[in-house]
Parts: sequence; C-alpha cells; structure tokens
Amino acid sequence: MKELSLHILDIAQNSLSAGCTRLDLTAAEHGDELTLVIADDGRGMSREFLASVTDPFTTTRTTRKVGLGLPLLRLAAEQTGGSLTIESAPGVGTTVTAVFHTGHIDCPPLGDMALTVALLVQGAPEVEVTYTRESGRGSFTFDTRQVRQILGPEISLAEPEVFSWIQDYLAEQEAALSDSGRNQ
Amino acid sequence: MKSLEELKAIRERMQKQVGLREADDDSIRVVVGMATCGIAAGARPVLEAFLQEIDKRELKNVTVTQTGCIGVCRLEPIVEVYVPGQEKVTYVKMKPEMVPKVVADHLVNHQVVTEYTIGAAE
Repeated sequence: MKELSLHILDIAQNSLSAGCTRLDLTAAEHGDELTLVIADDGRGMSREFLASVTDPFTTTRTTRKVGLGLPLLRLAAEQTGGSLTIESAPGVGTTVTAVFHTGHIDCPPLGDMALTVALLVQGAPEVEVTYTRESGRGSFTFDTRQVRQILGPEISLAEPEVFSWIQDYLAEQEAALSDSGRNQ
Repeated sequence: MKSLEELKAIRERMQKQVGLREADDDSIRVVVGMATCGIAAGARPVLEAFLQEIDKRELKNVTVTQTGCIGVCRLEPIVEVYVPGQEKVTYVKMKPEMVPKVVADHLVNHQVVTEYTIGAAE
C-alpha cells in the first residue's frame, strides 16, 4: 500500500466487521513522529487471538486462510523504526496504534485521509465516526454526529451527495493545515 | 469553504425527493469489494469514481455499498452490480476510468459492459 490512509481504510474494516457503533480515527504528527489510531467499541478479541493477530496466518476471513491487513501495517510501521500496538478486550473494543517516523526514507506519505474517512462513513452510515487530525500547524476534529444533526434521521450518510460533501469538507480542512504551514 | 449551511441545502433538496424515490427493492445495487486485497489493488479510487459519477448524474435509484473479500483476489478490484430481476454481473480488474461507462451503459441504460466482466477476463 502506497499511502498510510489506505492502511487506515483497510484496518477500519475490521472494526466495522466487529460490529462497532463508534469508530475514532486519529492522525497526529508531532515533530518527526506520526501516530495513527484506529479505535472501536466492537466485539474485541480474546487474549489468544490478540497474541497471534499480526501473524499473516491468522484471519477472520472465510475465503482463505491468510489475513494481511495488520501484518502489512506492522511491517510498514517497523520499517520506519516505529511500532504497532493493539489493545483489545472482548465486549469492550479494540484500539490499534501505529507509530511512524516520517523522516525515515521508507515512510509512506499519509495520503488522502479525506477520501478514506468519507468512504468509511459512506460504507457504514450507522456508525458514529470521528476523525482527529493534528499537526504542528493546528488541528481539527470531524464528527458524524454534527452531520447527522443537520441532515436529520431520514437522510442516510451513504448517499453519494453526502459523501461528496464530506470528502470536499475534509479535503479543505486538511489543506488548511498545510496552507497555513506554507505561509509561516 | 464548505460549510455546514450547504448540508442544510442538501437536506432540503433530498427531503423533497424522499417521496419520489422508488422502494428499496426496486433499486440497483453496486457492491465494491473493500478488503485488504481490493484496497491494495486499487479499489478506493474505483469506489470514489462510482460515488462521484452517481452523484453527478443524480441517479436516485442506485445504492452503493462496500463489502469484504469476494474471493477472487487476483481479479480485484471487483464490483458487483445487482439489477432487480436480473442475474448479478461481476466486473473485474476495475479502474476509475472504466466507471463512467459502467454507470452510463449498465446503471442507466441496462446494457451490461461485457468486456469488463469476469466472463471476459477468464
């Protein structure tokens, strides 16, 4: 995967299949360190499953016996001198934290987070999604509850028109963080 | 800047359409495989292209959903189209530039784009 935002899109699918009602995403850059957090309140994992979950031969998929999502993310993080940690408890949820060193030559770009978040909302319109972005230039938080409050109960967040608005809105928020950086 | 005010406009526009919409069982379903294999093969821009094209054409009888691994990872990105009363059509090795044709021919005019289907690839 060429962008970290693609990993986030991939790993977050695990949260959705775990039946979460809440999905909290964070991408925080502080100095040379980029921390990605994918936290859910899904069904969680047993201690045994958690111990083997970054092994490619552990998977919940039924179509074949390999699961590459978490192993690929761990590899990507460790290649930059960073790390992957997973906390999980049955019935409570799972939090995946990946730390990257952005100065490392093997560190992929964060990529299009606006698209990743907008697609996650579109694919799971019932889930409350938050996305927090922090960098040296500032921060913002997006929350589907705000969107839902305005749209009302009749209009699904899966509608293509709503997707387009969320994508454009987030792209502007992301751009504002980098623009003010350029002006400084 | 995109504002929350625009969302209010979207709500008002869509509320007017709620009554005009066909019942869910009459709608066409587009399903995009978004497991690790699909995403690594380029499913994200394909899904984006479907949503943008459907939004642009204001197609109200199409729903777009995402699914896990469809099982033929080497042919990802895979998109399945379900038209009520017809057999499922599976498009394989999709690219964003192939999407407008599938939307125009299949979703609007009900003509399957045979050369993009799994039958043509195998």
